[in-house]
Amino acid sequence: MFSLDAISQAMPYLKYGLITTLWLGAIILPLAFLAGLLVGIVAAKGARPVRLLTFVYIDFFRSFPPLVLIIFVFYALPFLGLRLPEVPAFALAMTLNGSSYFAEIIRAGILSIPKGQTEAARSTGLSATSTMIYVVLPQALRNVLPPLLSNSIELFKATSLASVVAIAELLRSARIAQGVTFDSTPLVLAALIYLVILWPCVRILSRLERNDLKAIR
Amino acid sequence: MNAILQYFFDWDIIVKSFPFLLKGLVTTLIIAALTIVFGLALGLLLACLRAFHIRLVNLAIIIFADVLRSIPALVLLIVVYFALPEIGIRLSGFVAVVLVLSLVMAAFAEEIIWSGIIAVDQGQWEAGRSTGLTFTQTLGSIVLLQAVQMVIPPLTNKMINITKNTALASVISVSEMLNQASSQQALYANPTPLTLAAILYVALFFPLVLLSRRIEARYSVVR
Repeated sequence: MFSLDAISQAMPYLKYGLITTLWLGAIILPLAFLAGLLVGIVAAKGARPVRLLTFVYIDFFRSFPPLVLIIFVFYALPFLGLRLPEVPAFALAMTLNGSSYFAEIIRAGILSIPKGQTEAARSTGLSATSTMIYVVLPQALRNVLPPLLSNSIELFKATSLASVVAIAELLRSARIAQGVTFDSTPLVLAALIYLVILWPCVRILSRLERNDLKAIR
Repeated sequence: MNAILQYFFDWDIIVKSFPFLLKGLVTTLIIAALTIVFGLALGLLLACLRAFHIRLVNLAIIIFADVLRSIPALVLLIVVYFALPEIGIRLSGFVAVVLVLSLVMAAFAEEIIWSGIIAVDQGQWEAGRSTGLTFTQTLGSIVLLQAVQMVIPPLTNKMINITKNTALASVISVSEMLNQASSQQALYANPTPLTLAAILYVALFFPLVLLSRRIEARYSVVR
């Protein structure tokens, strides 16, 4: 392990993989967040029948292991004639998964805002939509910042699942490089790259969570 | 409609592949149970150890928790299974999965329980100590109970999530449920076994997710 030769040979693979991983993250995170935002708002404020529907959506996809969902989208849906290219298929699966968590977090955030805020905003003449966008959401999102960050980190880590369906992101590229160099250094390097990217996020998260729990007491 | 029935709910294939999936389900449950037990125990131990404020020990615990929370479980699993043999450590797929998921669970559990411990009011410590309890006794019989009670909701959520990660074991060909479903699908060239596995997974986790909702409502510290 750790021969310089193997490292220099593996570098191009790892670089390509890292870029793909960052791309996947850049596609999935905003998609899942936006979908989660929509579902979360409806789950908090929607009419009863739609609200029930959002609960089914949230709980169904929270109980579907992401890897199973990915395999299902990749290997079962084509039988229905729905054959998506690899990256969109993966993005679809992870958006369904990630948005269910985001929705539940955002719902809780919205419900944590006292009713008086909405009433005050409405009585100054803001429409319901403006009230949601300018008054409720900014406070709601700030209240649930730690779980939002935590879910974003988990979602970014989940891009490694793409390796299972032959998308050459960081993990899969490292496996390929391992095959080329007959050396497992690339695998360790890939793990280190994840560590370098996510350690700062995890640190910030720990700090946020701690302040949160202290503030409540 | 016919296509859906034929490809996703072929009765013959359901009957034939069901025993294999059940066998996989048992493996999934065993991995999950071992992970939760080992992970929680180690996490609790580390969180308590951290309360003693021994600088070097705490640094080690923080690094352990941060590293295991930063690297995706699948990456860790692949490293343990494919890279460790090179330095002479050869683990079976089953052991590798239980080891990796337990360590990840322990890292998250430590962090969650620790945030509970420091959220317990300082007065509780002082009261405990002033009645003559030792530090360890105060921690064990006064602080820890309150700390754990405070963090039951995030702890349950984390347990459910780590348990869902048992599906990762299929990647290193441990024959848990997803792995069984994939090989059955390949055998019949029909995704019915996958559908069945998906249904079983959801049937397994849906009640747990609902339960976590109730726990959240009951133990919620907010409001």
